[in-house]
Amino acid sequence: MTDDDRVFKALADPTRRFLLDRLFARDGRTLTELESELEMTRFGVMKHLKVLEDAGLVVARRSGREKLHFLNPVPIRLIHDRWIDKYTERQVSALANLKTELEQT
Amino acid sequence: MSTMTETDMTTQLYQMWIKATPEAIWEAITQPKWTEKYGYPGHSEYELRVGGAYKGVAGKEMVAMGAPEIVVDGEVVEADPPRRLVQTWRFLWDPELVAEGFTRVTWEIEAGEGGICKLTVTHELEGAPRTAAQVAGEVPNAGGGWSYILSDLKTLLETGKPLDG
Repeated sequence: MTDDDRVFKALADPTRRFLLDRLFARDGRTLTELESELEMTRFGVMKHLKVLEDAGLVVARRSGREKLHFLNPVPIRLIHDRWIDKYTERQVSALANLKTELEQT
Repeated sequence: MSTMTETDMTTQLYQMWIKATPEAIWEAITQPKWTEKYGYPGHSEYELRVGGAYKGVAGKEMVAMGAPEIVVDGEVVEADPPRRLVQTWRFLWDPELVAEGFTRVTWEIEAGEGGICKLTVTHELEGAPRTAAQVAGEVPNAGGGWSYILSDLKTLLETGKPLDG
């Protein structure tokens, strides 16, 4: 599996997207905090966090006795640069061409 | 302990794998001839010793948009090439940002297997909410912040060309 595959796989799940949104709202959270916002066992949340960590979307760091989870936006940015930019640019240029054609007729 | 938690909550973390040597990544972070090639128009200048000055110099495109010539300033707190660089970082774009004062950026480079390194950038932004929004890329028409800069850095090191090059 490539890095991109791991990111797409991690994002293809509503619980994992929810976890990312929670970290986006407030970063640097413990498992206990994240677990309290989900109707799910601690083990279930850990499994989802593991998939997010494998994709590089979440990075866990020790801070004293706690393990804090941080959102890492770089993999999404890389996918944006690799996939999204390319197609939106084409759309924009297609519209620009359409405008030129319409104005000529 | 509550101050500790608050600090943690205002820390932004960016991590990526780059196919390059630790030395090449260190150069790309600290040397003006590299920093001018990626990220926002402009370059960085470091005096790589404890207490040495850091300057983020705006390129002419940024100055045309209203940036001061020195758009970021700070001080080197720790320099351990090619592994770890800790610096203070203050955004000087406008008086309100200047008033938020110095924040702290830590660059960590860890060599992995197969010529791939892990670069982690943490930005501690306690008491600097506007600076935090800027560097997170949340401000319209102010670019993509650290995600953009670091994605561009990775692309430059791996392909020899920046994203828009």
